[in-house]
Amino acid sequence: MKLLARIAAAAFVSASLCGAVDSKAVGEMAPDFSRADLAGKPVHLADYHGKLVLLNFWASWCGPCLEEMPKFSAWQREYGAQGLQVIGVSMDDDMAPARRLIAKRPTSYPILVGDAQLGETFGGVLGLPLTYLIDREGRIVARYQGDGELAKMEAKIKGLLAHRGR
Amino acid sequence: MRFTSGVVALCVLSVAWNAALAGPKPASSIPASSLIQPADLAATLQSSTAPKPLILQVGFRTMFVQSHISGADYAGPANEDKGLRRLRERVATLAKDSLIVIYCGCCPWDHCPNVGEAFAALRELGFTQVRVMYIADNFGDDWVNKGYPVAKGS
Repeated sequence: MKLLARIAAAAFVSASLCGAVDSKAVGEMAPDFSRADLAGKPVHLADYHGKLVLLNFWASWCGPCLEEMPKFSAWQREYGAQGLQVIGVSMDDDMAPARRLIAKRPTSYPILVGDAQLGETFGGVLGLPLTYLIDREGRIVARYQGDGELAKMEAKIKGLLAHRGR
Repeated sequence: MRFTSGVVALCVLSVAWNAALAGPKPASSIPASSLIQPADLAATLQSSTAPKPLILQVGFRTMFVQSHISGADYAGPANEDKGLRRLRERVATLAKDSLIVIYCGCCPWDHCPNVGEAFAALRELGFTQVRVMYIADNFGDDWVNKGYPVAKGS
């Protein structure tokens, strides 16, 4: 009986490891990727090398995501000239609701079409909203899971932009 | 008579309008007695003696493909008609006292558009042993990062 329990526990641990995700952590280089924007134009993360990138994973069904987006648009307008580039990635299963939403509430930054593969590239996008800050060299400098982080995020952005300005 | 019919019609319209505006049933509509904590579900899965529930992910495919509870089936987002239809089809042949656990974890519990709808649908179908996994923040933090069993793919 004990042996059976041990085998079951081992199988449990083994199953845990299979398919486990390892979220991209602060300090790692952000993985490069290319995805189409809502107009079908390909966008590469590498195109923004030299800028501070705010990469926001969102979806049309995610209430907290929709609350954040006007703020991101405002930041793009306010800090864009200093080197900030906001990029939104929709993780909707079906792009129609995302397209409708952006048509009604346009953003001042590009929205890309995300998918599970891109999520895995970032170690798993398994809850929204999820936002990364990627510095001018392409290194992840902050990761914000969930909502309620806007004040912290803006302070970090200002700090990073000011650092470059010195 | 006409006046009464008019009032009834207005009431019906009002109820329909409010329902449309209300959006999906919130997760908070699920009674606490129907919730199961991630640690308790993980212990059930690990146990060699506990009866295993049918586990259904009632969220979004993009997330299910990246990671889901080992052995879980994809039912689809219950905030959409096609997701609810798929859920109903999946349980159509099950006994009403089947132990079913549903979960989503797309976003923080209070914002989840799926679990409230899925729970209500299963209860309406007469299922008596439905539990909803309480995911406070998201599936990644509350299940995957705890080391509980996961699988990938559709």
